[in-house]
Amino acid sequence: MIIEQLKQSGLKGKGGAGFPTGLKWEAVKNAQAEKKYVVCNASEGEPGVLKDYFLLDNYPAKVIKGMEIALKEIGGEQAYIYLNPDYFPALEGKLKAAIGDLPIVLFKKPHGYICGEESTLLNVIEGKETMPRLKPPFPTQAGLWGYPTLINNVETFYQVAKIAEGDYQADRFYTLGGEAKNKGVFALPENLTVKQVLEKTGNWPDFDFFVQAGGGMSGEILTSAELDVPVGGAGSITVYNRAIDPLEIMRQWARFFMEQSCGQCVPCREGTYRLNEIFKNDEFDRALVEDILFVLAETSLCPLGRGAAVPFYGYLNKIYGK
Amino acid sequence: MENKIKIFIDQKEIETFEGKTVLQAAKENGINIPALCYHPDLKIKANCRLCLVEIKGERGLVPSCRVQVKGGMEVISESEKIARARKINLELIFAQHVEECDDCNRGMSCRLLMLARKYKINIKRFLDRKSVRNVYQFGTIVFDQTKCIDCRNCVEACADQTVNFLEVKGSGHDLEIGPSVEPNRDCVYCGQCIVHCPVGAIEAAGEFEGVEVPLKQEGKIKVFQFAPAIRASIGESFGLPAGSVMTGQLVAGLKALGADKVFDTSVAADFTTIEEAGELVEHVKNGTGPCFSSCCPAWVKYLEFNYPDLIGHFATTRSPHIIMGGLVKNYWAQKEKIDPKDVIVVSIMPCTAKKYEIQRKELEIDGLRPVDYVLTTRELAYLFRKKGINLKDIQPQPADSPWGEPSGAGVIYGASGGVVESALRTAYYKLTNKDLEKLDFEQVRGMQGIKKAEIEIEGKKIRVAAVNGLGNAKKILDELAENPKAYDAVEVMACPGGCIGGGGQPIPTSPEIRKQRAEALYQIDRDKTLRLAHKNSDVLKVYDEFLNNPETIHKICHTSYNKKAKGEIRTLKDSKQSI
Repeated sequence: MIIEQLKQSGLKGKGGAGFPTGLKWEAVKNAQAEKKYVVCNASEGEPGVLKDYFLLDNYPAKVIKGMEIALKEIGGEQAYIYLNPDYFPALEGKLKAAIGDLPIVLFKKPHGYICGEESTLLNVIEGKETMPRLKPPFPTQAGLWGYPTLINNVETFYQVAKIAEGDYQADRFYTLGGEAKNKGVFALPENLTVKQVLEKTGNWPDFDFFVQAGGGMSGEILTSAELDVPVGGAGSITVYNRAIDPLEIMRQWARFFMEQSCGQCVPCREGTYRLNEIFKNDEFDRALVEDILFVLAETSLCPLGRGAAVPFYGYLNKIYGK
Repeated sequence: MENKIKIFIDQKEIETFEGKTVLQAAKENGINIPALCYHPDLKIKANCRLCLVEIKGERGLVPSCRVQVKGGMEVISESEKIARARKINLELIFAQHVEECDDCNRGMSCRLLMLARKYKINIKRFLDRKSVRNVYQFGTIVFDQTKCIDCRNCVEACADQTVNFLEVKGSGHDLEIGPSVEPNRDCVYCGQCIVHCPVGAIEAAGEFEGVEVPLKQEGKIKVFQFAPAIRASIGESFGLPAGSVMTGQLVAGLKALGADKVFDTSVAADFTTIEEAGELVEHVKNGTGPCFSSCCPAWVKYLEFNYPDLIGHFATTRSPHIIMGGLVKNYWAQKEKIDPKDVIVVSIMPCTAKKYEIQRKELEIDGLRPVDYVLTTRELAYLFRKKGINLKDIQPQPADSPWGEPSGAGVIYGASGGVVESALRTAYYKLTNKDLEKLDFEQVRGMQGIKKAEIEIEGKKIRVAAVNGLGNAKKILDELAENPKAYDAVEVMACPGGCIGGGGQPIPTSPEIRKQRAEALYQIDRDKTLRLAHKNSDVLKVYDEFLNNPETIHKICHTSYNKKAKGEIRTLKDSKQSI
């Protein structure tokens, strides 16, 4: 019943990958297993995205409701809220009150970008090494302790509750940041373009700018002329002044991805390290950088390594120039 | 077997089976896809990102080690895009690996260098980032972090042994693989990390800078002996197929190196069999619970460190090469009128733990170590090549009298199950005064990790287990904790397949290679008339002339065990300091 409703609503995961929620639920529901689990991914590790905090702070009951529906629908034994450690002190009391005696455990996520990746999340909860798993099997087939596991983002569970209550408005929560004048989290229709979101939130810059959309670090770079596209990803828009020092911005990305790489596969472990070294200097070898970005994007083991190439590619090709 | 299917690799139709990966299917059909972290003994980790291929209908590059074949699948194994990705990833791998090609156990078969040539990479495109890392020595193993490419094969091999001494520390580019400082974990020197490392980052102490030390002992009589397993594996280092029997060539090669005498350790195994069969019979008669084999020094250290309460189960019989060393210095030397101090005994072993075993204090006889040096199969092959000795071309020679003719039982010691089979053949005789009609104990042969058998001798049931791999040994120990009388005899070899899969053997190793090496030893046994240790007249002569009283037998053939503390982890400046 709820799965049909989810399918009809067209709801897609709000964590970044945008997988159709109804299909994911159906896969877990149909999986044959003696136990199943539900996880609410509240890691919100992508810098510049703040919507999950906003929702848990303002609508904890709705998110928990969405999880309760999931537990019931898929026949789950236990659920986890995998919570960003920085959010833990402020939200612990509120969430525990909303959970009541439901079989939902608050799990404090360790620090680190990679820990938000869904298969790494499984390893972390199981107490194993912090690194992504090879897929397949997907978590819907073999997740926590090998049992089918439904992993959805905070906002996805929130929207599920709205759908169940007949109150779904097909909107999503956008985070506006960077050099934006009017920073914050805004609920607006989900099919808006970047341009529309900037305008409707009073954030259209009065300077020459570009944005990073979808995620604060791994999001796409868009020039001010390319903004007629949906926001995508985790719904963030980070505004940059075009006058920013190119090396400064690339240093910032390189350092972030190097520090957050789990170290499992060659292109990400070595590639991000080399990018960080390269951008320490005042000049860089473009061909070398492009080679590293190529293997990062094409050969990394998990989405985080592949995503690390995205901002560099976009920036170098669109803003920095040939 | 799974269903047969057809797939296409580079437009060539090949037949393969469901359940195989694209990498396996390619390899089995002569299509070489490069892979470093892949090893047939280990789980798929897919972290080196070299075995990338394109598959029609799938996006981008995918690691072929991870993808299972499907009927009609179309694979591209070489393209411009694939070559570019492999080239750059190889350059990044090289940037972690400080080359020391002149002193590397990968020698001329280094996959990194072969790939560097194939993909025309610039091995110096990046500065080596690991030159500041450490070189560690623990016992007879040297771990050189400056060469490590973080593939984790060694960590898994060590975990499979339930030793868990090698571990991953840190994350990202700070990630380090190295020895654990945990007080309850210690290396047992089995060397499985060495044979599973794709880039030669781990080696035995002295490999290869110490290989000539035994030859340079001026004024000494140099007695060499070689373990059963060597004859079936050293040919691989000279381009011959696994399982080529090289006994005569090996002897000739050792003579060409300057050995004064070359004895066959398999003859000493016949002594071990006679002594151990005696102990087995006592265990059976007294019902004292299982008798554990004790000729594998890694297994001995494993039990002494992890299960000191169980060391009373060990057979006190010394391992074959130690008995041989004791006989050389205390019997043969006297007969030859040589001062034992003027004799050095060098053992060629498939094993890195044997380098540790010879240092055990309790093995000394009148202040002298029975064996002075151990060289591994790899080290000997290196030494042969260095001295221009090619075993392919050399005229075979028999090993020297009086210890050149082993029984078949002494030869199968090199394969898992061989020790217990040899002991059973002789124990039967000790219990019945008759010899078995059928000597083959098929139940304890083969590559399975645990082999169990129940043998009835005159109404008495003897329950034996032959185990290879310490992970499997742990399973048996767990079973014994539940049921202490589950077995009468337990043979344990630390390495997969027994000594033929030892940590000192030629690289690469694989289930198939180990099977062929073992098969060669069983073939030698089948071809022999002399197949019983207690029928070996050269052995019986020594019992008659020398080992004819309990004191001497005890001194030469038996030893003791004790609880072991965690060994020291030393930090070296570089791997050449290791001896």
